[in-house]
Amino acid sequence: MSTAITAPAAVAANTPYERSAGFWTGVLRKLARDPVAIGAAIVLLLLVAMALFAPLLTPHDPYQASMLKRLKPIGFENYLLGTDELGRDMLSRLMVGARLSLFMGITPVLIAFVIGSGIGILAGYAGGLVNTLIMRTIDVLYAFPSVLLAIALSGALGAGIGNALLSLTIVFIPPIARVAESVTTQVRSRDYVEAARASGAGAFTIVRVHVLGNVLGPIFVYSTSLIAVSMILASGLSFLGLGVKPPEPEWGLMLNTLRTAIYTQPWVAALPGLMIFITSISFNLLSDSLRSAMDVKN
Amino acid sequence: MLAYLLRRLVYTLPIMLGVAVVCFALVHLAPGDPLVSVLPPDASAELQAQLRTLYGFDRSLPEQFFGWVWRALQGDLGTSIATSRPVTGEVLTAVGNTLRLAVVATLIGFFFGCLFGFVAGYFRNSLVDRTASMLSVLGVSVPHYWLGMVLVIVFAAQLNWLPATGAGPGSSGDWAWDWAHLRHMVLPAITMSVIPMGIVARTVRALVAEILAQEFVVGLRAKGLTHFGVFRHVVKNAAPTALAVMGLQLGYLLGGSILIETVFAWPGTGFLLNSAIFQRDLPLLQGTILVLAMFFVLLNLLVDVVQTTIDPRIQRS
Repeated sequence: MSTAITAPAAVAANTPYERSAGFWTGVLRKLARDPVAIGAAIVLLLLVAMALFAPLLTPHDPYQASMLKRLKPIGFENYLLGTDELGRDMLSRLMVGARLSLFMGITPVLIAFVIGSGIGILAGYAGGLVNTLIMRTIDVLYAFPSVLLAIALSGALGAGIGNALLSLTIVFIPPIARVAESVTTQVRSRDYVEAARASGAGAFTIVRVHVLGNVLGPIFVYSTSLIAVSMILASGLSFLGLGVKPPEPEWGLMLNTLRTAIYTQPWVAALPGLMIFITSISFNLLSDSLRSAMDVKN
Repeated sequence: MLAYLLRRLVYTLPIMLGVAVVCFALVHLAPGDPLVSVLPPDASAELQAQLRTLYGFDRSLPEQFFGWVWRALQGDLGTSIATSRPVTGEVLTAVGNTLRLAVVATLIGFFFGCLFGFVAGYFRNSLVDRTASMLSVLGVSVPHYWLGMVLVIVFAAQLNWLPATGAGPGSSGDWAWDWAHLRHMVLPAITMSVIPMGIVARTVRALVAEILAQEFVVGLRAKGLTHFGVFRHVVKNAAPTALAVMGLQLGYLLGGSILIETVFAWPGTGFLLNSAIFQRDLPLLQGTILVLAMFFVLLNLLVDVVQTTIDPRIQRS
């Protein structure tokens, strides 16, 4: 790219960029003063670190079954959290399980954030017939309760990680697109967009310079509130046998296979669900704090 | 009002058609032959063709779709591939069981959600508010299938107070409001009520805080109204939105009950969906999802209409 083209773009992007940097610094400063946000963030960082370094941290081989050591209680010998129905170390499996569980919970929201924002911004900026066509199509998907749609899609597609991710992504696109559309519609009618248009800026430039910076924040905050739901749904699909397949460790699937053990080792059986709970509550608390930190009105 | 009703109804029709298209597409999205679960592996080509004609899979897609919609409108959702019984009957029995559970759960959730929400909204930023808000965050964050398991562990496996699974004596169609049946409902209903409780509590807390900050409340207080008198006005103003949220939650529970029903082996739509998925019984899958989604669309319509009726401000704006 020649310098003649890059230079004006950099100048044009400069002014709003500094403003938004100031805004985000303020948000971060507010978050840093919020003990709930700090706590939730630390828990999530620990979980992510545990997932990343799981192979280095696990005390036992998570796949190593032992017929003699099936369903041992918490604290049995050197099995800190007991063993599962095939005699595999629970602690190691919970650690390695964090990888697939977090991946399957976060990925659909990330992909849906990109696609949903794109669709919503297009609908909101274009307006008119394009808006009607896109939003009415979205309404149809919105007409299904999310759990039902996720299960119906992955049930029809068949079990597997890829199909579960695809179903969950489809479930999260409509709500994100709706939020993106409504925020974009608001921004589009602002004076500075009008001014940009009057001074000859094209649609692409207006969206890139004036719209994106103002709409991505709210869409992002809304999307973070979906991660907790996504974690519960993704593990729920595996719990039903529609997601991850054995012997891969994943919290939802582990919870399902341990259901037979609720009379023999109830507290070991409940552990994978506790992990899902801790993760989803941390995401919810962090998302709530982020929302109130970004709310300019307060 | 009538014009509004008609407009709302006309707007719902294309959505219903879209929902039908999605349900129909599910079957054709599914990989593999839809008849694979009934056909013996050594089935002759003749038998295959015969069954294909019987289930209508030999016709063109639009022909199949409109035929299916036409029959569905007359109450015929086809024949289950796995059990050879009419899908409509099976779905209706299951919907009845799920509806009972979901309504009870919604009422429990609504009651406690309102209680927590009002208390939290009235005493903002107090200890009570923080506790109530924490409870509502817990409610929306808990994986409900896990909560169900924990309740089974505590109240069925350890204490042996309540049954762990099933819907009581008799077959799945025989329900009675007696203790023999109700004791089976306690744990699943409590499990299910946690989600609407959290969401209702959050909504009501925000509503109450917003209403209390309005000028008319200050006016009422200045007029010398008692706390209870002011409270009545707050309730009246919060009711339409809170009721709307409750209605929508009922719809979500109907569609989202599959995980809870699996944990408790409750013979509802979730249970039916589960068996339809794992037996690859596509007409049953299609039919169950269609009925649930249509129910959800109609419930949305009903919520809108009721909300407009009891809150004239919406219609004017």
